[in-house]
Amino acid sequence: MEAKQYIGEGWKHAILIIGAIVVMLPFYMMVSMSLKSQQEIQSISGGLIGAQETQTFPVCVKTGYSEETCTMKPYQYNYWFAFEKAPIPRYLMNGVIVTLSIFIIQVLVALPCAYALAKLRFYGREFVFSMVLFCLLIPVHGIALPLYVMLAQAGLVDTYSALILPWTISVFGIFLMRQFFMTVPDELIDAARMDGMGEYAIVWKVMLPTAIPALLAFAIFSVVAHWNDYFWPRMVITGNRDLFTPPLGIREFRGGIDSDEFGPMMASIVTVTVPLIVAFIIAQKRFIEGITLTGMK
Amino acid sequence: MGTISLKNISKSFGSTQVLNNLNVDINDGEFLTLVGPSGCGKSTLLRIIAGLEQQTSGDVLIDNKNVNRVRASERDLAMVFQSYALYPHLTVRRNLETPLRLRDYNAFERLPLIGNFSPSKKEKTESINQLVNKTSETLKISELLDRKPGQLSGGQRQRVALGRAMVREPVAFLMDEPLSNLDAALRVHMRSELSELHNSLKTIFVYVTHDQAEALTMSSRMAVMIDGNLLQLDTPQEVYDNPSSLSVAQFVGSPKINIFKGTSDSGGTVSFLNVNLKRKSSESNTDLHIGIRPEHLEITNESNENTFSGTVAYRENLGSDIFFHVNIEDGSNKIIVRGLPQFTHQISNGSSVNIKRVSDKALLFNQAGMRVQFTNA
Repeated sequence: MEAKQYIGEGWKHAILIIGAIVVMLPFYMMVSMSLKSQQEIQSISGGLIGAQETQTFPVCVKTGYSEETCTMKPYQYNYWFAFEKAPIPRYLMNGVIVTLSIFIIQVLVALPCAYALAKLRFYGREFVFSMVLFCLLIPVHGIALPLYVMLAQAGLVDTYSALILPWTISVFGIFLMRQFFMTVPDELIDAARMDGMGEYAIVWKVMLPTAIPALLAFAIFSVVAHWNDYFWPRMVITGNRDLFTPPLGIREFRGGIDSDEFGPMMASIVTVTVPLIVAFIIAQKRFIEGITLTGMK
Repeated sequence: MGTISLKNISKSFGSTQVLNNLNVDINDGEFLTLVGPSGCGKSTLLRIIAGLEQQTSGDVLIDNKNVNRVRASERDLAMVFQSYALYPHLTVRRNLETPLRLRDYNAFERLPLIGNFSPSKKEKTESINQLVNKTSETLKISELLDRKPGQLSGGQRQRVALGRAMVREPVAFLMDEPLSNLDAALRVHMRSELSELHNSLKTIFVYVTHDQAEALTMSSRMAVMIDGNLLQLDTPQEVYDNPSSLSVAQFVGSPKINIFKGTSDSGGTVSFLNVNLKRKSSESNTDLHIGIRPEHLEITNESNENTFSGTVAYRENLGSDIFFHVNIEDGSNKIIVRGLPQFTHQISNGSSVNIKRVSDKALLFNQAGMRVQFTNA
């Protein structure tokens, strides 16, 4: 390569690096603040991890712990106090229960729908599909109130059902899977029929395994959206702290009599974010590997 | 073991008529080829036999039982697809097992884990294993059993697809252009393997292809279909020698049959160009199409009333034969003549040649494209 080309490549990389920094910066701040003491955070000093001086934390003492218990390094304090003040494992578990239930039911609904829309010929199919597309246009917030009223009438407010039920039919999922199923050759389905599979067996035993890459893409959308969702849980979980999802849990650290305690707050946010990032990394690998359709062509 | 009959089968998609009142009887153990240009409805017919498509009218009979209302899986037929349609996420072994598992296991035994508690499952699994092993030995794919279809070559996938059809020992095999995804050499090789397989299985093969060479080489009878109509159903030799219409004559045979414009005089004597066939047609005083296959023409040094002349436009050397594409002198026609290399190797592009007929063979067709017979020998 000539020097000129290096410069051209260099520009591209410089721009990409700047973009990456912009995206990474909030995460850097989050991790950094979860490790530092309150004074270092407020004075914006101490670099990534701060001085880590052992000290006694006043808010902790005020909460009623002995001074001895409240003396430790800032990073220990932040994470210890975050878990002490709020039942974070419980919130994480709620997050897992809710997002997984939503995802599993979404798949149970979307796959047969998508299969029917993509591969079966029936009267009104195009109309049904256009209704699916139409539903993509409805914003969640527009129908939040009627949904809430319906759940309230059914006595479901403050239950897991309230968190899960409204999201079980994902039009986006139906649309995405339908587009993927369109690419699966008809002959594969015919072969399965000749082998004696029924239509449901075809969905779960033939279409599902070939659709793993598309399903993973959908899983990422679905899980991230509902793990991070603040709006809906805030609406339907009115009193029961045991049902708080992670984003609601973080709110525990906001304001109040003790003023804002950024350290433990950021520590809790790190705890809530890490599972998602780990899930992402695992899924990404499968994403690339995928199950290709090469066996059929 | 079985027969298949198609009675008055018609099929239309909306207002488009795809199949037009077809009647075919397939005998026990027959290798029947459905051949025709693409879009002639041959695949649709196969899918109707399979039960994957419902005919608009008419009956399908398997072993003299009407199966119009019987689902594809219960007709006891097996199908091999053009794209093989193997399950991409399953190993070869599981691909072969799948039709057997679906047939032999009951719903409970198919359940994961708890299905294993069924007392009869072990025995069934054993017999499935035996069948799979037997089939894979026949097809020489035993060493591939643990691979996924994605790791196989085209020819190997083809075998696995055949295997998946064979394990069930069906009444008939339905094949939808199974060789068209293979390269030329392998295709020729697989032709002979398929024929051998057919000989050893002695089951009905219904084979769809657009390649008339496959039809001629493998089938016991071939059905030529064009535009949804069954034009001729006969042995390959008979279809080749005695085509019932101009379309069949043009479709079957490679290189294509040469068609000359000819006439019959009031006595019925047929002539074309300057050549008099000295034979009489049953239709007199009319224009005719005269079909002569390339191997029934030859290049000659003579020049008389039985020869006509032209210029070689293109010389196609196949080693064993040389085909000369010749422009006829009056510019009306471009024809193909077969020559043997030892006699014609010195003839090059652009040379003018005389052509004569060999062994007096010719086929007559009237203006409607239907076959016209000679009245004298």
